[in-house]
Order: sequence, then structure tokens, then C-alpha cells
Amino acid sequence: MSGGRIRRLVVGDAQADRVVPPSGFTAQLTLFVAAAMAFLAVFALALSLASGRLADRWADELARAATLRINAPADQRAAQTQAALTVLQQTPGVASARALTADEQAALLAPWFGAELPLDSLPVPQLIEVLETESGYDETGLRLRLQAEVPGAVLDDHSRWRKPLVDAARSLRRLGLFSILLIGGAMAGMITLAANAALAANAQVIEVLRLVGAQDSYIAHAFVRRFTLRALIGCGVGVVLGMIGVWLMPAASQEGGFLTGLGFVGWGWLMPLAIPVLGAVVAFVATSRAAKKRLGALT
Amino acid sequence: MIELDNVGYNYGGGELLTNVSAQLSPGSFHFLTGPSGAGKTTLLKLCYGALSPTSGRVRAFNMDVKGLDRNQMALLRRRIGVVHQDCRFLDHLPVKENIALPLTVAGKDLSQEQDNLQELLNWVGLSERAHANPPELSGGERQRAALARAVILSPEVIIADEPTGNVDWEMSQRLLQLLVELNRMGKTILVATHDLALIRAAKNQVQTRVLRISDKRLQLAGADL
Repeated sequence: MSGGRIRRLVVGDAQADRVVPPSGFTAQLTLFVAAAMAFLAVFALALSLASGRLADRWADELARAATLRINAPADQRAAQTQAALTVLQQTPGVASARALTADEQAALLAPWFGAELPLDSLPVPQLIEVLETESGYDETGLRLRLQAEVPGAVLDDHSRWRKPLVDAARSLRRLGLFSILLIGGAMAGMITLAANAALAANAQVIEVLRLVGAQDSYIAHAFVRRFTLRALIGCGVGVVLGMIGVWLMPAASQEGGFLTGLGFVGWGWLMPLAIPVLGAVVAFVATSRAAKKRLGALT
Repeated sequence: MIELDNVGYNYGGGELLTNVSAQLSPGSFHFLTGPSGAGKTTLLKLCYGALSPTSGRVRAFNMDVKGLDRNQMALLRRRIGVVHQDCRFLDHLPVKENIALPLTVAGKDLSQEQDNLQELLNWVGLSERAHANPPELSGGERQRAALARAVILSPEVIIADEPTGNVDWEMSQRLLQLLVELNRMGKTILVATHDLALIRAAKNQVQTRVLRISDKRLQLAGADL
């Protein structure tokens, strides 16, 4: 679209705008649909962004961490822990290995058993945090060596439970983006219907305009501008309401997990501002196509 | 200026016009007459491109009307002012804006056309009714407003379809006077009417030719008019 056409679309022509009479229900329908769709799009965007953040975080944590659990009788636990640390330090691809302190282990169990857990009196296994180098270690070789030298050691590379969660978070992100596409498509469909209704209701106006020498582009512009501005205004209202809704949601917290992190972070708050522009583009394309088709059908 | 060459037109299988030939030369004044349903309005529509002939050829300003694309057709209609029998106004706009409609669609700056617009309103005697909406106008006022709209772009040809069909004798004479004045300014005029008294009155003022549609064909009317 040329700069001149954009300028005419934005600035408009008061005289040309009056040529098509204001139409009640199509105006209200377009405004309502645009506002509702923009409202839903804000939530779909928030869901998608939050899912993306979660997937990235989980994937990052999954990437280079593992846990070695020493399930040994209390009198052998320290010796097996030391043996395991020795094995890990000798294993190529292991960047660091560190046995968690009693306080750290108690903190991990605190959400389930409370802060005053008497760890000494419980058969709690010793945990060793393992961090890999970029090249990683030979998992099968490490397991075999641990099996031989530390009988109570169980290597957990987290993938068993983290990978499905990361996959689910990524699916959720795709679902959010797909929802935005569906919302855009539904809005285009509704605006096309409204534009067609307006064009049909103004058939006589169009006939008069053509009789006095109006070109198709002039007639189409009168309708396209109207619907584009309605969509822009409707989407603007919907986005403001949607952002207020997201802002009112509980802030992200460790306890609340994923549900409380469903919002925008930092620059992410600016992303919904693109929705009214996209809505206006959708309305422009939908109305242009509808007008071109209908005017083209006239003799 | 407008030339019909062996033009035929079928309405859904039925033949309405056949082998119609005529030429509207610049500055001429033609009347088109004939019984109701003979095809007067159809012939006018063929002249300004609202209908396409099923046979023959219509040429306007040396262009084959059938070969014009939609944009060219719109430009052609700015060169031919048309007064419709039912006037066809946009009822939500006041008379002044309806008259200015051809200027608006042609992209003219109305603020620079206000003097011309006012002059035109004075000429057709509607300056007092400029801000009325079309449904508030009488039959004669509507026809005068339609005539003003037809001439505002200063077209070379003016076509009027039964302009005096719904007005009294006095008003029809006033409308005729406006058409005669336009003809004297050099405009080509084509008026479809079955009002023979109007034709006789015009003959007393300007040189006219009278065409009659009879049995699907166009004939030059005799001296009985």
C-alpha cells in the first residue's frame, strides 16, 4: 500500500466519509467483535509468552544438571558419598559434583514435611548435584562404573520428568500462537460478514455513486476506511481491558507455579499494543476483499 | 460525440431495440420520444454506458463504450451528466452536498468550489433549499437539483430521462428553460419525454431534432411535432 493510500486511510476526507450513511448494527458488531477478539488475543499472547518462558527455563535447567542419589545404610552413606564424588571427579564431561548439605536437603523437603524436619532420624538418601561440561559425559559408562564402585548410587539426569514438562510447555506456547491465528481468522470472517452486510444495505448509495462517476476504488475506500477504523478502535478497547485483566492476575510466585506466572514480563507488556494494528490490518484486508468482490459483481 | 451504430438490445431474450443508429453531434438538442415501454430509458442507458448493447456499437467521445474498463467508464460518466426520472439522491445528505457529489467523487476540493456551487444553486433556484434533505423537496425542486448535479462537472453531454414527468406545466417550462440555456452554452442535450407540448415549446426556442422509437427502431419524427 502506497504512502498516499495510508495517509488517506488515516487522515480521511470528511466529505467522502459522509457519502456512505452511518450504519447502526454493522458498526456496533464490528466494534464488539474487534474488542472481544483483542481481549482474547491478549490472554492467548500472555499464555503463549508464559509457556515460552517456562519451557525455556525448564529446558535450560534440564540441559546440564543431574542428581546422584546415594541410597545406602546410614553407616555406609558417607563412604559411598565420598566414593561417588571421586568417581564423578574422574569422569570426563563432569564440570563439578557437590554433595548437598543437610540444610539444603532439609530445605528441599520443607514444602512437604515442614521446616523443623529431624533429618538425622530419617533414612533420607544423600544427594549429589552434578553439573556437566558443554560436551557432556558418557551416561552409560558412568552408570556402569557407579554400579560397580558405589552400589547405592542412582543417577537421575532429570530428563525422565522434565522433558515431558518442557514438551508440554512448548505445546502450550504453540497452542497460544495458534489461538491468536484462529482469533485473527475469526475476526476477519466476522468483519467480512459485517462489510458485506453494509455493502448490501448501501446498494443504492453505491449505484448513485457509480452513476455520478465514482471509481470502484473511491467507493471501496469509503467502506474500508470505516471498517478499518472501527476495528482499530474496538481492538484498542479490547487490548486495554485484556491488559488490565492480566495485570490483575496474581504475580508469579514459587508456590503458585505456572498459574501465577501467566502474564507479561518487561518489554512483553508492549507486545499487546501490536494487536490493534494487526486487527486494523485484518479489517483492511477483509473489507477490501469484500468490497472488491461485491463491486466487481456489479455491471 | 455520441454515436449509435446498428445497436440492438435484448432484455432476457426479448428484443427491445434493433438496428438503432443515431448520432449526437456537439451542441445538438435531441428529444427522444415514443410510447411507454418502447425503450427510451434503455436507449439513454446505452448512451451513457449503464447498459451494454447486445449487438452493434456505441461510441462516446470516439471511444467504444463496450471496450472501456471500469475506471474508464467512471471517467466517461463524468463527461455525461444524467438527470434520472427518479432523481436518485442520497437521502441522508442535504441538497447542496447531493449536487456537489460529482465533485466529491472526482476528488475536487469543495472549499474551492463553493462559489460555483452557490452560483449553480442560484441558477436552478434552490439557494433557499440548499440545506434541505431530498425527501423534503417537491417534484420540481428534485428535478432542478438533479439537473444541477448533472451539470456541476461541466459535462459536454447532458442526458435527461423524463425530467418533466412529475411536475406541472409551469415547472416543466422552467426546466426546459434551463436545458435550453445549457444548449446555448454549447452543451449537447438528449431528453427522453412523451410530453409533446414540451417538445413544441422547445422548438420555438432552439433547433431540435426529435427521434421516435417505434417497433424497436429509431426514426426521425416528422413535422407533425
